[in-house]
Amino acid sequence: MALVQLAQVSKVYRSLKGSDYVAVRDFSLDIEAGEFFCLLGTSGCGKTTVLNMVAGFEPVSAGQIRISGHPIAGPAADRGVVFQGDDSLYGWLSALGNVEFGLRMRGIPRAEREKKARHYLELVGLRGQDHKHPAELSGGMKQRIQIARVLANEPDMLLMDEPFAALDAHTRADMQRELKRICSATGKTVLFITHDIDEAIILADRIGVMHAGPASKLKGIVKVDLSEAERERTHDRFVAVYRQVHEMIRDEVAISLERTRDGAANSRKRSH
Amino acid sequence: MSRLRSVGLYVAGFASLFVIWHVASTWIIPSVLFPPPWKVLLKGIELAEDGTLWEQASASLARIATGFVGGSLIGIPIGLAIGSFPIVRRLLEPYTEFLRFIPATAMITVAVIWFGIGESSKIFLIIYTTVFIVIINTAAGVNAVAPNKIRAARSLGAGPFQIFFFVALPATVPYILTGMRLAMANSFVTIIAAELVAANNGLGRMIWDSRMYMLVDQIFVALVVLGFLGFTADRLFRWGIYAFAGRFSPVT
Ligand SMILES: Nc1ncnc2c1ncn2[C@@H]1O[C@H](COP(=O)(O)OP(=O)(O)O)[C@@H](O)[C@H]1O
Ligand SMILES: [Mg+2]
Repeated sequence: MALVQLAQVSKVYRSLKGSDYVAVRDFSLDIEAGEFFCLLGTSGCGKTTVLNMVAGFEPVSAGQIRISGHPIAGPAADRGVVFQGDDSLYGWLSALGNVEFGLRMRGIPRAEREKKARHYLELVGLRGQDHKHPAELSGGMKQRIQIARVLANEPDMLLMDEPFAALDAHTRADMQRELKRICSATGKTVLFITHDIDEAIILADRIGVMHAGPASKLKGIVKVDLSEAERERTHDRFVAVYRQVHEMIRDEVAISLERTRDGAANSRKRSH
Repeated sequence: MSRLRSVGLYVAGFASLFVIWHVASTWIIPSVLFPPPWKVLLKGIELAEDGTLWEQASASLARIATGFVGGSLIGIPIGLAIGSFPIVRRLLEPYTEFLRFIPATAMITVAVIWFGIGESSKIFLIIYTTVFIVIINTAAGVNAVAPNKIRAARSLGAGPFQIFFFVALPATVPYILTGMRLAMANSFVTIIAAELVAANNGLGRMIWDSRMYMLVDQIFVALVVLGFLGFTADRLFRWGIYAFAGRFSPVT
């Protein structure tokens, strides 16, 4: 049995004016334990919506999500979340305070949690920054605090929403390598959202490509059967996977752009 | 800008206030009704030496301090409750939204009728002027907590009480402090108005008595002291925020 099962999941948002927006419809996906799954899609297609439902932040409108066979009931410490922006960090706590937050909430003794927090801060390359507050750190450093905070809590599953989007290319490559290493060493199951095809191929065991919104679901899944050496942008087999994924997503980008333009035209029409 | 330079500019700004006052009272409007700064200073020294000034100022300050602390202690929990629970908001918003438009100065008469001209009426008025602004700022602060902060805490394993005490409350501290700072300024306005109307002592009473005997210098002493005390209180408050709660200030 797959660790995570999404069966025919839909999400309808009700707008302030009372009209409904179907973000996701009949979305089905199984993620195996220990698998690194990348969810790829155009901007606004519903990636964050899916992640929020798996995290338990948003209830599903229809369908069901199960973890180890049990329907989820809200967020829990078995699923650590790395958010898209940096507004989830606690500005009044130091980097160390942020990273040990989950351990503190769960009653781990101070010495032990500090040791663990320091270990993970070092792991994400923030050695010696323990006492700095988020406001004193760069965007990339803040993102790394988020990652360390989640890792220190040692969840079975990582839910990551475009965690590296704001990083410079060099740091991103470092972080990708590090994440990959940690996840294969600890056997974590990962749902990783990105809109970057390269990133998905570097990291994933499988890549799920979403349709453009609204009422989005998976268009298809690409298995990434590459060795470490083959996960180089210049490698033939990398390029082959890239083509395959690109083929799938290309039309969706066009549709998405068209819909955005139509939407803008419609709202212009309405307002005139 | 260097620290020295910014302090220098600050002092220069204050000095210019007194220079303009001096010029205006000596040459532009020379009148016994508008004393120059040095006369006010002399009068101030005289009043300080015979103890009057301290007596009146401390009476006003004690009322402000009591009412301000009391109003904050009442306002903060109410604001937190309003911000946290929609039911409480519905129940209490009629009070806050209605009463905050009735200024404390308009309540002076009622306060005196209810509590007499002793300390109670003054402290009631300061509490009244403090409590709503603290409530409103605190509630706004709770509502401004980024939802992702709460979500992160939940998926890190925090329970509802932990989220309240370790996330919502610290994230709201800067808003609470801002509310208290505004309330402090309001308290100075209110106490003088209250003492002008009904009090046995205090800076407001001092101004009122001086008017009866046309002691214009004395009125100005009270005004300057008032400005100075308000300024100092605000600075102390800001310094307190910086020293004790500085780490709460960068709102992220
Ligand atoms: N809370 C919400 N209320 C209403 N509409 C929302 C809400 N969150 C997202 N949406 C809409 O749902 C769609 C998908 O959003 P999202 O999942 O954030 O996309 P992605 O993460 O793929 O960019 C978008 O059109 C967005 O406007
Ligand atoms: Mg998103």
